[in-house]
Amino acid sequence: MSGEHSNSFDIRGIWRVFWVLFAITAVEFVIALAIPEAFMAKPIKNAIYIALTLLKAFYIVAYFMHLKFEKINLIYSILLPTIFVMGVIAALMYESEYWFTLR
Amino acid sequence: MSSHSSPALSTSGKLWDGGNEPFGASYGKLMMWFFLLSDAFTFSALLLAYAALRFSSLSWPVPDDVFAGVPFIHGHFPLVFVGIMTFILIMSSVTMVLAVEAGHRGARNEVVKWMFWTILGGIAFLGCQAWEWSHLHHDGAWWGSNPFVNADGTPGQVNFTNLFFTITGFHGFHVFSGVVINIIVTIMTMAGVFDRRGTYETIEKIGLYWHFVDLVWVFVFTFFYLI
Repeated sequence: MSGEHSNSFDIRGIWRVFWVLFAITAVEFVIALAIPEAFMAKPIKNAIYIALTLLKAFYIVAYFMHLKFEKINLIYSILLPTIFVMGVIAALMYESEYWFTLR
Repeated sequence: MSSHSSPALSTSGKLWDGGNEPFGASYGKLMMWFFLLSDAFTFSALLLAYAALRFSSLSWPVPDDVFAGVPFIHGHFPLVFVGIMTFILIMSSVTMVLAVEAGHRGARNEVVKWMFWTILGGIAFLGCQAWEWSHLHHDGAWWGSNPFVNADGTPGQVNFTNLFFTITGFHGFHVFSGVVINIIVTIMTMAGVFDRRGTYETIEKIGLYWHFVDLVWVFVFTFFYLI
């Protein structure tokens, strides 16, 4: 069958991605439970959480869903709309701050 | 990919002039990707509503105080149970890739074995979610009622529980659908359908869906339980 995939779907690689996801989640737990907010302010924690979440999303989409090894056309078809949606989310979060000041 | 034959009609050699595969993926796989993209829009809309309502609120319940229950143990253990749920879902994602990998080799028994673990992980996750929902419901939380106070001590608004049950419910429904489709595909594998077809691509397609469910959970976990 599709021999071109044999390089990107090796069992050791799959487990390596698992350990990366596990480690990122563990770091999130340490930040949430072990580091007091006097030491690290909540907005900084939130920024780290979001960065780590996007990193996890990259590993799941790129390796588990195999998107990294697809043709560039497919990658852009999926990635560009997603980036636009993230832009909308950012815009509306900014807008919600305006609603907040209206209250 | 040779598993799906494309007629060699092209003469110009240009990418979009037909006769070749600009996406390098079969019709079914491509449509699964576009379905997942549209599903991502739906989840984005839900998370968008969550972000907008939360950040325009004066105060909000503290996740560590709300989600602190663990089955069979009394006490205050923030994030422990949801940590277990996250681990189960990531684990079932791993077993799903292993099933896809076995499918590439055409190893039927291995596919069945890994699909079995994936289904078990999905059912375990649903069980955990059922426990968490009933636990919160027992505390008086449901659509339209919020017993938890805000961080500043004022009564919590129902937006919090409405969004929590809607978003985790929508995600849980995806997990449930995934488990059902996984069971169907596993029965098809055992019946030798994919051996006769000569390709295990169906496992790959349902695998994409399953990883997407895991992906959504990563975001739900961050935005509901951590932030």
